Amino acid sequence: MHLEDLEALAARYHAEETHEQEIRVCVAASCQSSGSLPVLEALQSACAGQGNGRCKVKGVGCMGLCSAGPLVAVAKRHAPLNESVLYRAVTPQDAAEILASSGGAPVERLRCPTDQPFFQRQVRIVLERSGLIDPESLPEAIAHGGYSALIQAITEMTPAEVIREVTASGLRGRGGAGYPTGLKWSTVAKMPGAQKYVICNADEGDPGAFMDRAVLESDPHRVLEGMAIAAYAIGASKGYVYVRAEYPLAVARLETAIRAARRAGFLGARVADTPFGFDIELRLGAGAFVCGEETALMASIEGLRGQPRPRPPYPAESGLWGCPTLINNVETFANIASIVRRGSDWFASIGTQGSKGTKVFALAGRIKNTGLIEVPMGISLRTIIEEIGGGIPDGKGFKAVQTGGPSGGCIPADYLDTPVDYDSLKSLGTIMGSGGMIVMDETACMVDVARFFMEFCMSESCGKCVPCRTGTWQMHALLDRIARGEGTPEDLALLEELCEVVQSMSLCGLGQTAPNPVLSTLRYFRHEYEAKLQNQPLRKPQTQRGTG
Amino acid sequence: MPLSTARSNVRVVTLKIDGRDLSAREDETLLEVCREHRIPVPSLCYLEGLSVWAGCRLCMVELVNQNRLVASCATRAAEGMEVQTDSERLRRYRRTLIELLFAERNHVCAVCVSNGHCELQTLAQRLGIDHIRFAYRQAHEVLDSSHELFRLDHNRCILCTRCVRVCDEIEGAHVWDVMGRGSQCRIISDLAIPWGQSETCTNCGKCVQVCPTGALIKQGTSAGEMVKDRHFLPILARRRAR
Ligand SMILES: Cc1cc2nc3c(=O)[nH]c(=O)nc-3n(C[C@H](O)[C@H](O)[C@H](O)COP(=O)(O)O)c2cc1C
Ligand code: SF4
Ligand code: SF4
Ligand code: FES
Repeated sequence: MHLEDLEALAARYHAEETHEQEIRVCVAASCQSSGSLPVLEALQSACAGQGNGRCKVKGVGCMGLCSAGPLVAVAKRHAPLNESVLYRAVTPQDAAEILASSGGAPVERLRCPTDQPFFQRQVRIVLERSGLIDPESLPEAIAHGGYSALIQAITEMTPAEVIREVTASGLRGRGGAGYPTGLKWSTVAKMPGAQKYVICNADEGDPGAFMDRAVLESDPHRVLEGMAIAAYAIGASKGYVYVRAEYPLAVARLETAIRAARRAGFLGARVADTPFGFDIELRLGAGAFVCGEETALMASIEGLRGQPRPRPPYPAESGLWGCPTLINNVETFANIASIVRRGSDWFASIGTQGSKGTKVFALAGRIKNTGLIEVPMGISLRTIIEEIGGGIPDGKGFKAVQTGGPSGGCIPADYLDTPVDYDSLKSLGTIMGSGGMIVMDETACMVDVARFFMEFCMSESCGKCVPCRTGTWQMHALLDRIARGEGTPEDLALLEELCEVVQSMSLCGLGQTAPNPVLSTLRYFRHEYEAKLQNQPLRKPQTQRGTG
Repeated sequence: MPLSTARSNVRVVTLKIDGRDLSAREDETLLEVCREHRIPVPSLCYLEGLSVWAGCRLCMVELVNQNRLVASCATRAAEGMEVQTDSERLRRYRRTLIELLFAERNHVCAVCVSNGHCELQTLAQRLGIDHIRFAYRQAHEVLDSSHELFRLDHNRCILCTRCVRVCDEIEGAHVWDVMGRGSQCRIISDLAIPWGQSETCTNCGKCVQVCPTGALIKQGTSAGEMVKDRHFLPILARRRAR
């Protein structure tokens, strides 16, 4: 298959569509949980009753403003989200009215304006088709440019050229650490070995994070396409998507997508009738946070206990079953097709010096607009919180924003003008992370925040190494004591010492970063800890029962 | 002594450990090189003859000029490497780890059958630990006396997995494994059944001999009587490797 054939196919799909208006109902997990499926059914039966074919009702992926769901958008065929008429909190009873209004005057009482900053300030690359297409339909993906980058890569580019594009784009891994993607690809490509693997990390374990879930539920083909391009570039013939079993909808849509892609020849022994062969299988994770760590994830795929092992050797050298393995995050793969299609120069023109492109965030906490946003790197935290997020509700004041989940930290109001990029966030003592962003208002207690994340790390520690297994337990006990007002200055000193030991001595990233929420809240809100301490004299040390 | 015998395609590198110029094969780990030259580096999970676990973190050393700590049992020697095995910082960290282990389970040395022959106790003494600054977890742990020859006391287990590895890698029986997460981790026999009911256990006793503490012991021993054979494993492993 050549690019022209695919374009012809896309054109045919376009021609088959005769409707002028389409009604898009979000059927991603958030809107489903607020009741979007009955809305979809009601609209579909109302539309079928009308039967003039001018209007089409379809389920689509996430439109972002999850807190206002179920969301329904009425738009001209293919019109982007911010040119549509958007309705919020729609019920099945509204179906007839919405249908009747399509193409005419909108139903004002349900309207959710799309000219607000929440929609206007976003830049959509990863989510470009999310909310526009039916995630279960391969023809829709193709009609919107799906798989054209794959065909272009395997028919018009050498693997080295693909890697050069990805490197030049400046893309860095979206799974947390921000490792340069092109560098990772070229390392795996240069490793000797007949068998190589590509793994997509869809374990997404950070509490409150749902970026990867939304991508998989809204546009699964984009991820498969990115993986296939990666496989071509590094010389892999087999790929795995490691997705957590708590994401049944994402799993179902991935399965549908893989089957459809195989049938259409985008996966399989001869991808698009070329000698390049690549197939993808799913592996379900049982919900251990540590299985998102790459070496634990690979152990889990191999059927072993999901526990990290020391690196080096890195997966690039010795990964799945000892073979060179490329592992990237869902969002990282979701950027690839756009980079190949539109060029690295275009991608590199978005963002900052060291952080290119966009980042998807799950905006949550004490903020008006909670949901999923995609913003260009370098945008300020203030713009995200005050404009896109709509500020803090109930007239409360802003206190801090937490990024990076259990591995990250809190940023106070003084630093709100910091640009969102890997290096600026790091210098503030937090990390970009995978995209969780939790806003806290003036009522939040920072010791409680630190305790919450420490409890998470304590119960998610795999238990392999001593500092993490026992250190997180002790840190949690100390934080608990301080939070309850029973801590002493000595407890605080011990807590700080443990932070240092656990950070420096742990085996994997979970333990190494577990102290971060404590360290960052201590850095900016030390007075809150101190205010909770009992100013009693130092506790008498416990005498030891051991060595005596 | 290093496990693998010299092969022709392995290069020899020179490196500096604690200021001493040393040579090593590039497939040797830093800990192996240290042992060879009698440079004391504390360790609990490492055991010559078994695969590397890298869980106790006591063997962490400093890579000079990199401001980074690495587990010496899991890091290979490399040309030009500069290693510091002892420093004020490392000593402080190692003491903290040992304290954390004592506080995690119920180590009451005075009544332990391994008193005087325990690697944890010896390390604590060597590192000068005379009290524990952390709260004891006071976890309720059980004792499995169902096996006719041996006993497993979870109160003394430090989860080093030496027993798991020796049983799997040397005896080939794979009786032991780890269950649970974090501080809930437990060593289990077969699918978490009493040891005495295990159908895979061959009664060889290797796990008892390699256990660094009084967690795995012989039946019928009382306080201070359990002395373990520390020498059989390297020899056995060497014979197997041929
Ligand atoms: C405890 C822990 C949990 C992790 N969880 C995830 C995860 O859920 N998803 C993910 O993509 N990466 C996760 N990572 C990072 C991965 O180890 C790995 O760096 C990443 O998948 C690489 O992809 P990238 O280069 O595209 O970011 C985790 C790391 C650690 C230490
Ligand atoms: S740091 Fe924690 S999660 Fe990572 S290996 Fe150690 S115990 Fe396991
Ligand atoms: S029983 Fe002994 S050898 Fe086994 S893990 Fe516990 S301390 Fe280590
Ligand atoms: S001996 Fe190296 S980590 Fe235990």
